[in-house]
Amino acid sequence: MTNKKVLKKGNHVIGAAAIEAGCEFYAGYPITPQNELTEYMAKHMVLNKRPFVQAESEVSAINMVFGASAAGARAMTSSSSPGISLKQEGISYIAGANLPCVIVNMVRGGPGLGNIAGAQSDYFQATRGGGHGDYRLIVLGPNSVQELYDYTMKSFDLADKYRIPVMILGDGYLGQMMESLTLHKYAKPKNLPKKTWALTGCKGRNPNVIKTLYLTPEDALEKHNLELNVKYEKIKKELQLFETINVQNAELVIVAYGTVSRVVKNVIESSDKKIGLFRPISLWPFPENALRNLKCKKFLVVEMSLGQMVEDVKLSLFGTDASVDLIARPGGMIPTEEEIHKKIKLMLK
Amino acid sequence: MKLYQRPKSLKNVHTHFCPGCGHGIIHKLICEVVDELKIREKMIAIAPVGCGVFGYNYWDFDVSEAAHGRTPAVATGIKRVHPDKIVLSYQGDGDLAAIGTAEIIHAANRGENITVIFVNNAIYGMTGGQMAPTTLMGQKSTTTPFGREKNLGYPIKVCELLAQLEGTTYLERTSVNSPLNVMKTRKAIKKAFELQITNKGFSLIEVLSMCPTNWKKDAIESCNFVKEQMMKIFPLGVIKDTTKTK
Ligand SMILES: Cc1ncc(C[n+]2csc(CCOP(=O)(O)OP(=O)(O)O)c2C)c(N)n1
Repeated sequence: MTNKKVLKKGNHVIGAAAIEAGCEFYAGYPITPQNELTEYMAKHMVLNKRPFVQAESEVSAINMVFGASAAGARAMTSSSSPGISLKQEGISYIAGANLPCVIVNMVRGGPGLGNIAGAQSDYFQATRGGGHGDYRLIVLGPNSVQELYDYTMKSFDLADKYRIPVMILGDGYLGQMMESLTLHKYAKPKNLPKKTWALTGCKGRNPNVIKTLYLTPEDALEKHNLELNVKYEKIKKELQLFETINVQNAELVIVAYGTVSRVVKNVIESSDKKIGLFRPISLWPFPENALRNLKCKKFLVVEMSLGQMVEDVKLSLFGTDASVDLIARPGGMIPTEEEIHKKIKLMLK
Repeated sequence: MKLYQRPKSLKNVHTHFCPGCGHGIIHKLICEVVDELKIREKMIAIAPVGCGVFGYNYWDFDVSEAAHGRTPAVATGIKRVHPDKIVLSYQGDGDLAAIGTAEIIHAANRGENITVIFVNNAIYGMTGGQMAPTTLMGQKSTTTPFGREKNLGYPIKVCELLAQLEGTTYLERTSVNSPLNVMKTRKAIKKAFELQITNKGFSLIEVLSMCPTNWKKDAIESCNFVKEQMMKIFPLGVIKDTTKTK
């Protein structure tokens, strides 16, 4: 693969990156607006002689991923919001069993069937760990087709490094969008831990067990939870991904991720005020220190949901005298440049 | 020659099973067959949510848990990654025939090359004796205090149901209520593993099994209940065998 520029669709590019990063198992169930990804995998996993399964449901798909990951494979599934709700059971088990995997959510509007436009309304579900129990996922929020490619590759490495499910939190717009990107080769990090825990048959070693049940002694589960938490704290320290534009001496910093951040970039360019952008890329862990360290006193959160990420922004800025305003557009509507300009004017009056 | 010894694949520990429970017998049979076929180092078993959940405490080979009913989906993921390993999906009747109905039907329909041991004790054991999809009509459980009635559905005959599917290769119903039936069950389990070893596809052995604790019967009454009540609804025998034609 040469480093050439090509024009490609977001959903296809996630598939291309997964194949390039050595994804060894994929299971999925059709749902708009991510079908092109499942279809891409149906073709290319098979062409590469790797297992692809169209599952009978998202519940089944995520549990197949559980099995494949337990067997030591780089495993992936993808869906959109209603399907991701169904996967929550499996994600909880995967997290509890310390298994790595990659889950793609090309978010669409909700609740319920909602619509099929892109949205950011699964932010809470993703960043709080939407299933039962005390757990976290790594959640990455790319904002371009190039980043879908790059962060899909990276997500496999992060999953293996920390033995944790990693979610790519995109949206329907990103998935459907055609954009130019540079395809590049995947280079596997040398220091990834060996999967000595994987189920491969116990030849030459003691049997391995993958489990999430900790009944006895009484504090066994608490110990397990605390061990998981050590991992989560480590990830918090090591993984704080974000982009900043014009934040130095900005009168106002807009916080936005994913698709919305692209609108905000236009706003910054066309504004006569000194406006900055803080764009979280790792949504969990949220880049709280970097945000907190900004000297700015006025923040505006713009999101395609009814005030979800704004909670993390407020938590990050807790105890400072910064003010936080919000533009929230639910239901698959993209905030317009005009409404953001208008809000800025009000805030800087 | 020793007449009887503990199979090597069965750990030398006490089980958590209640007296008279069939799970322990079935665990032992699996291990005997695993030893006989010399596949211990190739085994990857999935322990279900239910009384079988502690499989890894007893089986001396690789084991994964699965979420309730998702056992065949987990088995699918494992087998697709390791087609050369021997994958066992061990499931109870609540796990397989209620919450996991979709997973078992579709794993069977895909003809996954796995072996399912389906323990039918006509009740939810682990949660304390609630109605299972296999509970007999009129049978009392903690959620059918007056006996199972029509509006709670009828006992599901899993082998007969799966026999409709082109993907299934071998389906047999056995029991562990008598020494003879235990031996037949052992033979069936062996056959199922052999089919997997030779890539013949999906096999399921349904084993009628006793649950004295939740049936509120003693061990002998329980064995008789299997014979006199369960076998009427769930007749023993090979329900489907395509190996001769396939
Ligand atoms: C999603 C979910 N629902 C319910 C339960 C509770 N539960 C644990 S075991 C079990 C029933 C198991 O019965 P069966 O499959 O018949 O196996 P047995 O214990 O009789 O061997 C249930 C309902 C659970 N663990 N997870």
